[in-house]
Amino acid sequence: MILITCPHCGPRQESEFTYGGDGANARPAAPEDVDDAAWIDYLHLRDNHKGPHDELWQHVQGCRRWLQVRRDVVTHQVISCHVLSADIADLADSADMVEGER
Amino acid sequence: MSRHPAMGRLLDRDRPLSFTFDGKSYRGYQGDTLASALMANNIRVLGRSFKYHRPRGIFGAGSEDPSALVQLRTAGRTEPNIRATQVELYDGLVAHSQNNWPSLDWDLGAVLGLASKFLPAGFYYKTFMWPAKFWPHYERLIRNMAGMGRSAETPDPDRYEKRHAHCDVLVIGGGPTGRAAALAAAKDGSDVWLVDENAHIEELDGVTVMARTTAFGKYDDSLYGLLERTGDHLAAPKDDAPRQILWLLRAGRMILASGAIERPLLFANNDRPGIMLAGAAARFLADYGVCPGKRAVIVTNNDSAYAVAQTLIDGGIDIAAIIDQRHLTTRREIAGCEILHNHGVIDTAGRRGLTRVTVAPLDVNGDAVPQSERLLDCDLLCVAGGFTPSVHLYSQAGGKLTFRDDIQTMVPHGEVGGITVVGAANGELDGGVGEPLNLSLGRAKQFIDLQNDVTAADVELAAREGYQSVEHLKRYTTLGMGTDQGKTSNLNGIAVLAGALDKPQADVGITTYRAPYTPVTIGALAGREVGTFLTPTRRTPLQEWHEDNGAVFVPAGLWRRPHYYPRPGETMADAVNREVLAVRQNVAIVDVSTLGRIDLHGGDVAEFLNRVYINGFKTLDIGMCRYGVMLRDDGMIFDDGTVARMGDGHYIMTTTTANAGPVMAHLEYYLQVVWPDLDVHLTSITDQWSVVAVAGPQSRALLESLDSDMEFANQALPFMAWRAGQIGGITAQVFRISFSGELAYEIAVPADHGHALWEMLLAAGEDLGIIPYGTEALTTLRTEKGHFVMGPEADGRASADDMGLGGMLSAKKDFIGKRSLRLPALEPEGRPNLVGLIPKDGKTAIPPGAIMVDRETPGPGMEKAGHVATSVFSASLGKPIATAMVTNGRQRHGETLWAHSPVDGRVVPVEVTDPVFIDPKGERLRA
Ligand SMILES: [Zn+2]
Repeated sequence: MILITCPHCGPRQESEFTYGGDGANARPAAPEDVDDAAWIDYLHLRDNHKGPHDELWQHVQGCRRWLQVRRDVVTHQVISCHVLSADIADLADSADMVEGER
Repeated sequence: MSRHPAMGRLLDRDRPLSFTFDGKSYRGYQGDTLASALMANNIRVLGRSFKYHRPRGIFGAGSEDPSALVQLRTAGRTEPNIRATQVELYDGLVAHSQNNWPSLDWDLGAVLGLASKFLPAGFYYKTFMWPAKFWPHYERLIRNMAGMGRSAETPDPDRYEKRHAHCDVLVIGGGPTGRAAALAAAKDGSDVWLVDENAHIEELDGVTVMARTTAFGKYDDSLYGLLERTGDHLAAPKDDAPRQILWLLRAGRMILASGAIERPLLFANNDRPGIMLAGAAARFLADYGVCPGKRAVIVTNNDSAYAVAQTLIDGGIDIAAIIDQRHLTTRREIAGCEILHNHGVIDTAGRRGLTRVTVAPLDVNGDAVPQSERLLDCDLLCVAGGFTPSVHLYSQAGGKLTFRDDIQTMVPHGEVGGITVVGAANGELDGGVGEPLNLSLGRAKQFIDLQNDVTAADVELAAREGYQSVEHLKRYTTLGMGTDQGKTSNLNGIAVLAGALDKPQADVGITTYRAPYTPVTIGALAGREVGTFLTPTRRTPLQEWHEDNGAVFVPAGLWRRPHYYPRPGETMADAVNREVLAVRQNVAIVDVSTLGRIDLHGGDVAEFLNRVYINGFKTLDIGMCRYGVMLRDDGMIFDDGTVARMGDGHYIMTTTTANAGPVMAHLEYYLQVVWPDLDVHLTSITDQWSVVAVAGPQSRALLESLDSDMEFANQALPFMAWRAGQIGGITAQVFRISFSGELAYEIAVPADHGHALWEMLLAAGEDLGIIPYGTEALTTLRTEKGHFVMGPEADGRASADDMGLGGMLSAKKDFIGKRSLRLPALEPEGRPNLVGLIPKDGKTAIPPGAIMVDRETPGPGMEKAGHVATSVFSASLGKPIATAMVTNGRQRHGETLWAHSPVDGRVVPVEVTDPVFIDPKGERLRA
């Protein structure tokens, strides 16, 4: 049961989150413009890293934010976790919140 | 009873207890374990071994014991494979021996022992392979022969709890090392917990001390699993107390002071009752005052045995000899005790317990010198083969072990974050350092694993057959896979493997340690999550009404929806047919509060809906609804539902019941990750509304009879429109949408008013003959109408075009999944299409899940055309119908196919039809 430190909610148990796939698998910005191979790569093909791995998790039983988590798949250690799509100001805000709770 | 008058530090002799073993009554004392009490009553054979049914007795004194397993307690509290050495005696305890038939003394399975040369390693794998169809028979046979105890057949009456906690420092092990470490750690005010699996652990100032608590597992991020046995030492837990507590403890730091486990020695027939670990024999005497024998032989390869010998002598046990396998320059002496240096035990005798050992001098290679054996009569043989550090939790945490030649064992090697291993667990073994294991003493039956009956010969055979990795060896021979997890056998198994491979032991490695350290009951793992607490049950505002009115329920995700409402004497079919006909001919109501409802606000909602649905939403006017289909990005249908436009930048989406959560997460994903620039805010409002569908040709008449400020005529509220107002004083939204294909309305009211609305509708509709209907009628109605649903038809492999919805796919815009429609796999030719089926004879039910084939008798070259999705009896048409997914099905209407049930073998000839059986032009729903 790993701990994920949600930027909004602080350290929480894995059971509050759901895994949402490979965090490095960006959706093509203009799907109609990519060829079949690139689209199939996005749909189905994933690298299987040994070591640090970028992945998406959603804090479904907390703030419901989708989070970008960097996790070592060998040791299970969570290396970093941040809010997706957040600009720098958002990140600073959420850091303040975590700080404020302490 | 053979008790020493002065020894037995844990006994309270003023509190005698009675207990039974295999139906016979015995006496013991408060403070005894079941093992010590049985020993005091001269019971030596406690059970039979797993494979050869050899007699098994007490080998250890604690959690390391592999063989003293009993069936404990009775009825719902009974538990199999309980280690007698860890059972605290209580008055009235009931235990039975296990793995014997018909009795412990006369065990027929022991014949296997005589035939044991036919049961080598991998016997089951090799023997029960062919023919495959006999496997179920073999499996039953094997399970009967190899079974250990029996599980309870009635519910466990006790309560089990789970608790979550945090501490700064967790110390595992309450021996001197652990206690010193805990005190030191607590000095700075840290929150320190000390846990020990034993019952008798003294309190420590400033430390939370938990006795009877096993740290059984180390999990990610400093999470430890602790099992606290709060009620196991009692006949039944005291009032309100749980039987066991499973602690999930996050500890900042862990100090592992779990000590070391004594290691057995290998020689022929080293498994008889009466042979035990030397330290265990001393412990039985010192802790429980019980003499494990009258006349003992001690065999050792290290110094620890001499202290044991002194304890046994102090306890009045006659020492026949100490057999020291070592070739020592300085010889030890103990007054009144024969010490045979450079000797080994090479065999033992005694059919139901040890009576004699054979010893012999050893030559320079450690081999027994031929023709020089000596027989020693004894009823106790103490074996001392050195010690193995208990590094289980360190190893579970990913800690690496290394084999140290100087102490002949595996020790922690390297850092694991937050864990410190101290004392004997770290290889500080004092006098307990054994010599390399002598592998050559005796020929027959050198047992390594006493629980799974794995012998040195089995390990050697496995190595010859190519199972040379320790992990393969373990699985092939089952070495260390018993309930003791090989605490006394793993290292010896590796030593034998190293010998067979002629490799240094350090190069052979060790199997991965896995949780749990000792068995954890299913009860503790389940905790309070049993019965209705296993998962939460979601209840609609009308649940109580459904229950009070005889609904039969069916699970739908976490909901329990009314399946149908039988009247007295009605079968399910009767009730469903009645409910279906009420909708088709009259009026009926159904609780649809379980459908997901998502409120969308923001300036970009229309654009967002355009991107998540295959059809367009920009032209949806306020006051109108639209049906939509969502795809996943791979082009397969993900969900469907309706969207109502409530106002400027305000919409309400409905989802299917089962997909409400996944659709929400899907929308959040696209808004947060892919299109964060869109101004859309989502709120789940499923729980805030109670929704009732009113369906049937009389539904308008019913609504018009209510006290309402709304008009329900076609002009005022046309098909796919919605209006807000009040009904009988309740704020309501009325949506003119239909799932059944009939004239229908969905009325949404704030959840608290759902019951009032429902009763109001029933009362107003009484003269019209209104009834409630359930999900089975709903299924029949939508099947008659040719509507697919998520699951049976749209099973995650179906595209919109497969369902006949190709016309909905917008060419004017991009949407999730659109790009995939150009992939070769989504070419329409050869795709499965939604079709209807009717039995050729017009009356035979079509088997659900059947495989559609182009002929009656399956054979080579046949076409597998598809499968039956939903099969119902259509009360409206008076015959069975079904939906199916059939290859190129839209071009095959009128064709005959055969539905073959893989479950019951039925074969039904069917005609492929259009999926819409009723009102294909949709005149009824627009009526
Ligand atoms: Zn959160």
